[in-house]
Amino acid sequence: MDFILIQSLTGLSNASALFLIASGLTVIFGVTRIVNFAHGSFYMLGAYLAWTIVRGLWDWGGREPWLFVLGVLAAAVAVGLIGLLIEIVLLRRIYRAPELFQLLATFGVVLVIQDATLGLWGPEDLPLPRPPWLRAFVDIAGERFPRYDLVLVFVGPVVLGLLWLLFHRTRFGVLVRAATQDREMVAALGVDQRKLFSGVFFLGSALAGLGGALILPSQSANLQMDLSIIAEAFVVVVVGGMGSVPGAFLASLLIAEVQAFGIVLVPKITLVLVFLVMAAVLMVRPYGLLGKPQAHARPSAGMVEPVLRPAPNLLGWAGLAALVVAASAPFWAGAYALTVLVELAVFVLFAASLHLMMGPGGVVSFGHAAYFGLGAYGAALGLRYLAMPMEGGLVLAPLFAGLFGLLFGVFVVRLSGVYLAMLTLAFAQIVWAATFQWVEFTGGDNGILGVWPSPWAADKAAYLWLALALCIGGTLLLRRLIFSPFGYGLRAARDSELRAEAIGLHIARLRLVAFTIAAAAAGLAGGVYAYAKGSVFPTYISIPKSVDALLMVLLGGVQTVTGPIVGAIAYHGLFVGILQATAYWRAALGLVIVVLVLAFPQGIAGFTRARWERARGIEVA
Amino acid sequence: MKLTRRGVLATTAAALAAPALVRAQGTQPIRIGEINSYTTLPAFTVPYRNGWQLRVEQINAAGGVLGRPLEVIWRDDAGRPQDAVRLAGELLDNERVDLLAGTFFSHIGLAVADFALQRKRLFVASEPLTDALVWEKGNRYTFRLRPSTYMQAAMLVEEAAKLPAKRWVTVAPNYEYGQSAVKWFKQLLQAKRPDVEFVAEQWPALGRIDAGATVQALAQARPDAIFNVTFGPDLTNFVRQGNTRGLFERRAVVSLLTGEPEYLDPLADETPQGWIVTGYPWDQVNTPEHVAFRDAYRARFNDYPRLGTVVGYDTITAIAEALKKAGTTDNERLVEALRGLNFQSPFGRVTFRALDHQSTLGAFVGKTGLRNNRGTMVDWRYADGKDYLPPDDEVRRMRPQQA
Repeated sequence: MDFILIQSLTGLSNASALFLIASGLTVIFGVTRIVNFAHGSFYMLGAYLAWTIVRGLWDWGGREPWLFVLGVLAAAVAVGLIGLLIEIVLLRRIYRAPELFQLLATFGVVLVIQDATLGLWGPEDLPLPRPPWLRAFVDIAGERFPRYDLVLVFVGPVVLGLLWLLFHRTRFGVLVRAATQDREMVAALGVDQRKLFSGVFFLGSALAGLGGALILPSQSANLQMDLSIIAEAFVVVVVGGMGSVPGAFLASLLIAEVQAFGIVLVPKITLVLVFLVMAAVLMVRPYGLLGKPQAHARPSAGMVEPVLRPAPNLLGWAGLAALVVAASAPFWAGAYALTVLVELAVFVLFAASLHLMMGPGGVVSFGHAAYFGLGAYGAALGLRYLAMPMEGGLVLAPLFAGLFGLLFGVFVVRLSGVYLAMLTLAFAQIVWAATFQWVEFTGGDNGILGVWPSPWAADKAAYLWLALALCIGGTLLLRRLIFSPFGYGLRAARDSELRAEAIGLHIARLRLVAFTIAAAAAGLAGGVYAYAKGSVFPTYISIPKSVDALLMVLLGGVQTVTGPIVGAIAYHGLFVGILQATAYWRAALGLVIVVLVLAFPQGIAGFTRARWERARGIEVA
Repeated sequence: MKLTRRGVLATTAAALAAPALVRAQGTQPIRIGEINSYTTLPAFTVPYRNGWQLRVEQINAAGGVLGRPLEVIWRDDAGRPQDAVRLAGELLDNERVDLLAGTFFSHIGLAVADFALQRKRLFVASEPLTDALVWEKGNRYTFRLRPSTYMQAAMLVEEAAKLPAKRWVTVAPNYEYGQSAVKWFKQLLQAKRPDVEFVAEQWPALGRIDAGATVQALAQARPDAIFNVTFGPDLTNFVRQGNTRGLFERRAVVSLLTGEPEYLDPLADETPQGWIVTGYPWDQVNTPEHVAFRDAYRARFNDYPRLGTVVGYDTITAIAEALKKAGTTDNERLVEALRGLNFQSPFGRVTFRALDHQSTLGAFVGKTGLRNNRGTMVDWRYADGKDYLPPDDEVRRMRPQQA
């Protein structure tokens, strides 16, 4: 009984920290609909800034509690200002971009902040020295409980209360709630959206910074904080219902308590517990605990989904020429260039498969790397257990991935919007955790080695041609699919579900088929990649890989069919080039992404297409 | 400017077609291709890079190897095995390095080792700890410098077996390194002390430990002793919560890697005392070779060495000695030269075993203590790696036949 009490209290103090971060994220998303990837970076900055400010204050006035509180609040405000700056300089210019495009921009910000933090504070972990009053404990039921954690237990509800007051008793709060419900209407009523968004961004970032500053006494400020918290923060937000602050509070309570007791019952469940909870909640309540169905985003003036036309002849010839150049590479390029070309081909197919879902399907997937990795593992497991040669592995890869796509797709297509995306993320993380932990079968995080091509394809040139044939061939098949009646049906379902159903299209089935095909295509890409690298690891299924796919599609432009091809080549080409060019490659890559985002708000291919059509006088529908 | 596929290809083609400088063979440097997770783990890799830079400078100042200077071409693998493999290819094909070295993470080490096997090129793995690198997945072309998880667990078991504790709990990060460490510790300790039992275990996710809950869960099991494998921010978090909640009072704690400055320094004045750890008491080792090394490093970088420094330093020393012994950069001859190679390290003499390509570099075993409000090691001794390896026939059973 005592243990349960203590463990529940521990869970409550964790819940407070989690709530602070999640509340900021949910407020930002609720109003601006921006999936703010940089939220974890604000958390990290909060910790680092608090480290500097609190230590400075303590050096000046002694290690007093009130100076600590002052320092923490100052750090939170500082982070809020940084968030505000980012919003004004960067995000404000791309609000009109297609949904999720801001994700790309925030990802660039994450990279820049990572290197900036490394540059400013150095590589070592920075612990805050704890004066005796921070190390104190109270006696609860015969066990020691840290006094600081006890204080944290109350911080969460206090912040919740303050936020409630803010949202229900101030004009700003009224506007925020209204904008969460119906952004366009608020604009129509004459409210300056820009000020509203800036204010919301300041608030959300400050909350994240506060969360980071408050956990500083428990652990050191370190450079992995941003990525380690962001997935969990998203999960809490989604479980609670996006845009709902009380929902975020309930969700953080639920998740923190489940974790506190989960690790006692099943210690190895730490990798996946949070995602299991999310999957379970989403299957029962598709909009989170307290969330409401997202108001249909009315397209702002002039921003209808463009009609997909078959490619103009020039584009077809250009593509053919590029393919010929790539295929002839073994005759004029070095071995390393061939390796890069194979990777580019693989990522083109990977991005195209995701684009099938995101563009014509209108369905975003945050966990697409799962199918890529499953394809790679399909080939590797075939080798390990069935002694399958490469030819068999390349057939097994898409089948294996497609099977899982079908399995998960059944649950996924029942949801919509960001909830669907988060459910795909949950499934991807569950697959990742299973791969990671089922060491006897999959080799765990040491992966499976020795996945090399058959002798006839072992030569780099031969493998390049094989990769081009499979990947570019697959991409062209996907393109053919988009322009087929199936593709039209998919687009109809995206544009207007009601009308599509009225004319007899079975939306869930269409989407399920599209999901399965996308998974199979990603699996094929994964299989080709596995044989190119010679080994497969759970990192092929990880969140960063899914994020890569998203970035490639967004960078190219979601609205064009050539988008993913251009985006994959551009993004991966940039990554490969910049990685070797400078030690601060993250900052460089982040800046380049930010510049590209500002320059091409519809993605590179989208921008090109818009210019082309304007030059030709073709009207945008 | 539009980024088209053609643009990227054209630029690549232009870069590759540029005429290579022709230099006289005699003064052409010997090139070592080094890959590591420089941005992912700067706390380790910055001192590591300083370490190998120092050694390269020292060797070149003394005239180089085989009359040629050493040159290290280094690449950041962004913490991903797939990029490490591509970069290994780039180093071999574009930069024309003579051999490969480096890596930090176990899975990246394994990926590059497999690649090295495929390409039949030498790979001197400096830091990856996984036993599989030289045992289950060992191959002819891969050598590993750092004492492995097995070796360090064995060093700690020697001390743990002397403790009266019977009820043990373990806490380790939930990935291969943590799982191996716990597996070996249990196996080796129970072989020495059949009366011990492991009553509970915790597996926090790497970098995301729920320290309060983990500490309570461990305390709940009422153990006599704790085996800890967490490191980095997880360790700091665990120590702070454990200290406040009294987890470590009247309990023995055996902890892997905690004595290394990279992990000990962030604990600062909260360093728990009396933990049995492996580590590196850089300020107290006063053998002539270590003093020379330490002074040279401080003079060059105005900082004290970390364990990563020694690893980087020794990697270059080992490669240089192998080159001298083989008399050539031909990889097959270098492999033969490395087998059984004996070289001098700041820790003493080290050998690369011909049996499994594992070096006998050891670690310092001792207890943690506080001095001047900073963590340090006390009662320490050097544990030579060669004493903490399994019997030869066991090793032969684990290693693949053709390796």
